Amino acid sequence: MSVAAADAASGGNRRIDSPGRLAFRALLSRPTAVFGGVVLIGVIGLALFAPWIAPYDPLATSWSLVRKAPSAAHWFGTDEVGRDLLSRIIWGARASLSAGVIAVAIAVGVGVPTGMVAGYVGGWTDSLISRLTDAMLAIPFLILAIALAAFLGPSLGNAMIAIGVTATPIFVRLARGQVLAARAEDYVEAARAVGNPPIRILLRHILPNILPPVMVQATLAVAAAIIAEASLSFLGLGQQPPAPSWGSMLNTAQRFLTQAPWMAIFPGLAIFLTVLAFNLFGDGLRDAMDPRR
Amino acid sequence: MLHFLPRRLLQLLPTLFLVSVLIFSLQQLLPGDPALVMAGEEKDPEVIEQIRRQYHLDEPLPMQYGRWIAGVLQGDLGESMRIKQPVAQLVVEKLPVTLQLATMAMLIALLIGIPAGILSAVKKGSAWDVGANVFALWGLSTPNFWLGIMLIFLFSVKLGWLPASGYVSPREDLMQSLATTIMPAFVLGNAIAAVLMRHTRSAMLQAMNADYVRTARAKGLYEPAVVLRHALRNALTPVITLGALEFGTLLSGAVLTEQVFSIPGFGKLIVDAVFNRDYAVVQGVVLVTATVYILLNLLADVLYVMVNPRLRT
Repeated sequence: MSVAAADAASGGNRRIDSPGRLAFRALLSRPTAVFGGVVLIGVIGLALFAPWIAPYDPLATSWSLVRKAPSAAHWFGTDEVGRDLLSRIIWGARASLSAGVIAVAIAVGVGVPTGMVAGYVGGWTDSLISRLTDAMLAIPFLILAIALAAFLGPSLGNAMIAIGVTATPIFVRLARGQVLAARAEDYVEAARAVGNPPIRILLRHILPNILPPVMVQATLAVAAAIIAEASLSFLGLGQQPPAPSWGSMLNTAQRFLTQAPWMAIFPGLAIFLTVLAFNLFGDGLRDAMDPRR
Repeated sequence: MLHFLPRRLLQLLPTLFLVSVLIFSLQQLLPGDPALVMAGEEKDPEVIEQIRRQYHLDEPLPMQYGRWIAGVLQGDLGESMRIKQPVAQLVVEKLPVTLQLATMAMLIALLIGIPAGILSAVKKGSAWDVGANVFALWGLSTPNFWLGIMLIFLFSVKLGWLPASGYVSPREDLMQSLATTIMPAFVLGNAIAAVLMRHTRSAMLQAMNADYVRTARAKGLYEPAVVLRHALRNALTPVITLGALEFGTLLSGAVLTEQVFSIPGFGKLIVDAVFNRDYAVVQGVVLVTATVYILLNLLADVLYVMVNPRLRT
């Protein structure tokens, strides 16, 4: 039966969905991914509207409110100088999310073009880029990030750069592999045969086809970058006090664990929930975009 | 059967060379002048000049690199500017502590991850499967320093069962040593257990659908024998490789975990060095870590061939 006949048989009004729409629908059919997405929207909302949502000034200290347990006035309690923890966590979402997103943007922005060139050009360029990638991947992620952040100097901006640089080789390798596979495809051969220049083939023909795996990897990398930022801030290499960040709040909290455990519980929960949401959403995205589903 | 080994070893050389160049060039990112830092309160230009000469900071970069790498190849990783001790000696002192922690963590990860993976694959879709998957997600999403702090809160502050920090060598007192390392080892092992569980599960699911498993069942074999002797043996091959690779994650995780539990290991060495601007130590530790990691990669390849009969020709 021909396609036209099949159309006629099914009433002739069959709509052919785009792959993007199909993937979106597959994503919506996964409760865990939807949960991740909803939490993400919530955290992004908190970060964007922190000045309006936070009940108190995150930097305002008060000696009469030092280490008060959670109460109706201060839902998450207060810290060692009487600052409201809930407000600091809401503002801290800005540091964590921006660190995660900017670090991954650096990694994707540098890694994907480099990997695409390595995969498409091949030869010496490829060997050099691949060996460099191997060398960077040979240093455990956090150790490289710590070393970079330490040498650059402690600040949130430098932590983002350090994490971004450290995450770059993952995207170089991913993009290179994808381009190598795509290069052998008929559509690339056809594009080359009609005389397209390499740069146009890479940008117009190959890039759109390798984007889905890059997007999935990027979502999961944001989760890793948020943990990395919290780790660096915990060590004192990220966001500097008194500006709020989840990692540095945990660092302080450790000293008051006996007297004020809430100082440790809530910032950690915030990191956990955000990272969990990115992981769930990333996993869902991967399954939804898998053409074999 | 290990005929690929010489070639693989040869391939390691350019990687190791580039790693050493990367690590060496890190110090060029520095905002401050190391000689000034070392001089401390001393602002006498002559003293600063002398420090510069003593540590060869006045030489061109390729010379400095050559001097450094020549020393490294002879086992000389330089000297700590702060503690005035050879870096190699510091590494040798601290590495066993981290290795003890890493080994315990890996044992915990294997003991949790592999049975959980098998169980969730064999009972796919059951409550066991859901539970194991929830555990894996939890393990992957929990920052390990936070988990460490929470465990200290529960087991040290609330229950008073375990010491909150410190370290005792197993040669001194085995029980005390276990008491000081069990929490950090669990924190480190937890995340790896999650990764191992996920991989064991998917490898087992694949194996359970293979023809040889159907054949084994058709022969009337007892189900646990099918699962353990036939499916598991094949499924474990990729998991073993993964385990060796995850050692790198352990070394990364040890940095924070040792900080949380005040354990004087490799991780604490690098963090202290970072804050003291003790470059030689930072470089030495990163270099040793990278080399260990590269060798583990090689070990993973070798293990893969050894446990896989089809590659044993």
